[in-house]
Amino acid sequence: MSGNKAGSMSLNLKVWRQKNAKDKGAMVDYKLDGISPDMSFLEMMDELNTKLVKEKGDSIAFDHDCREGICGMCSMMINGQAHGPESQTTTCQLHMRKFKDGDTIVVEPWRAKAFPVLKDLMVDRGAFDQIIAAGGFINVNTGNPQDANAILIGQENAELAMDAAACIGCGACVASCKNASAMLFVSAKISQLALLPQGEIESEARTQAMVAKMDELGFGNCTNEAECEAQCPKGIKIENIARMNREWFKGAIGSRN
Amino acid sequence: MSSKKCSTSTSIGKKQIMGVTGLLLCGFVLTHLLGNLTLLIGSDAFNKYSHALTSNPLIYVAEVGLLALFLSHIVMAIKLTIENKKARPIAYHTYTKSGRGGDFASKSMAISGLITLIFLIIHITGLKFGTHYDTTVGGIEMRDIYKTTVEYFADPIHVVIYLVAVITLGVHVSHGFWSAFQSLGLNHPKYMSKIELASKLFGVVIAVGFSALAIFCFTRGGH
Ligand code: HEM
Ligand code: SF4
Ligand code: FES
Repeated sequence: MSGNKAGSMSLNLKVWRQKNAKDKGAMVDYKLDGISPDMSFLEMMDELNTKLVKEKGDSIAFDHDCREGICGMCSMMINGQAHGPESQTTTCQLHMRKFKDGDTIVVEPWRAKAFPVLKDLMVDRGAFDQIIAAGGFINVNTGNPQDANAILIGQENAELAMDAAACIGCGACVASCKNASAMLFVSAKISQLALLPQGEIESEARTQAMVAKMDELGFGNCTNEAECEAQCPKGIKIENIARMNREWFKGAIGSRN
Repeated sequence: MSSKKCSTSTSIGKKQIMGVTGLLLCGFVLTHLLGNLTLLIGSDAFNKYSHALTSNPLIYVAEVGLLALFLSHIVMAIKLTIENKKARPIAYHTYTKSGRGGDFASKSMAISGLITLIFLIIHITGLKFGTHYDTTVGGIEMRDIYKTTVEYFADPIHVVIYLVAVITLGVHVSHGFWSAFQSLGLNHPKYMSKIELASKLFGVVIAVGFSALAIFCFTRGGH
């Protein structure tokens, strides 16, 4: 443990490096000293990049934005788990104290046909935007905020819609599903609308359209493993997938589209 | 918001066909187990039961229906599995399960299904199309399927293959039964844990029930 301050960690990192979307890419080993257990995982990655730049190397590209667990950008597969080992925690909220001095940490990008790697750990999650564009909205102009009690909504549905709306579109569900299925994400978006009166009206057609887009983009099919639920940083439940399946069935037999 | 695809070609459509056919197959398997319990009563009871089934002209309708169920289940299984493999063309260097998600049964659905299929072929050729004996029960001439069965299971290799297969099927339905409810959207927070438990129990009943019958036949020593 050369030159480490008391309590600081040395790590062996195995990071996926890929120059661009066409490059084949490979895992590259790095050694990193002087990491504080209080750093977040992204701060550790920043340290590694500082070191790489000092050594005139190319820094590792990774996505990040809010660094407070709300934007969903910080996609990384850490030791084979989306957002790392801690449950209901994004990479940016994961702390190095979850690891031990001398650990080997494997860092990879999300792997899915629908999420092509752009560079290193950065993937294109535009497929999620396309699914939203296919129907994840309501077609009426809702105007200015209404008086709070103008539309009455039962407490239970309000809570469930809120829970579904906690999805930050990070893609961890796709990344951790053995089939690279996007059903947890899509079902969260469908549920947050289907559960409220403004969204419920178009629910059947919306579900048909979003599911068709999801299929077209090459995501896999759910086999009800619930690994997505276990790895989702926002604790989105597969109960939403059942709701989507139900809404889809209603649409399949009832919708004119 | 429009989609022009035929419903049965979408991901959820295929899953729901899988679910409905799977549940109906579960019904068949359970009925088959209950019917086979007549073996325990004796040769006449089993032969009479079998004769009642096979001499009914509706048996052809039932057999075609059953074949259709298996074929649709298998075709959907193959399609879904191929699509799932394609959805992740580059594998992870390291992939760790959380331990809070899938279990052994859910991970091995394709394999357990495939083993069930291979077994089905062995099972039908060995028994339904197995050695033909005739007997008379209560003055009616009929096939002595009891004799075919106990002779078949006098061979320990047949028993072992059978045990492996029915335990595999038990594992398949222990996830499948619950999974079908989820696929069909028949989900309710209040009942889901009970359905999951019922699914596991169902798997055990299938595995233990059929195993016990095979072992019972083996102990008859071919008579
Ligand atoms: C008597 C025989 C069988 C029964 C009772 C049965 C039952 C089931 C049930 C209830 C499901 C759950 C469906 C869902 O998740 O919606 C299922 C899924 C599945 N079955 Fe079967 N099955 C049988 C035979 C087979 C065979 C012969 C194969 C393949 C050759 C097969 C392959 C699969 C696969 C791959 C799945 C997973 C599908 C998914 O989760 O998306 N099964 N089965
Ligand atoms: S469902 Fe969870 S894992 Fe999937 S995109 Fe939303 S927040 Fe991320
Ligand atoms: S950087 Fe925004 S959620 Fe992690």
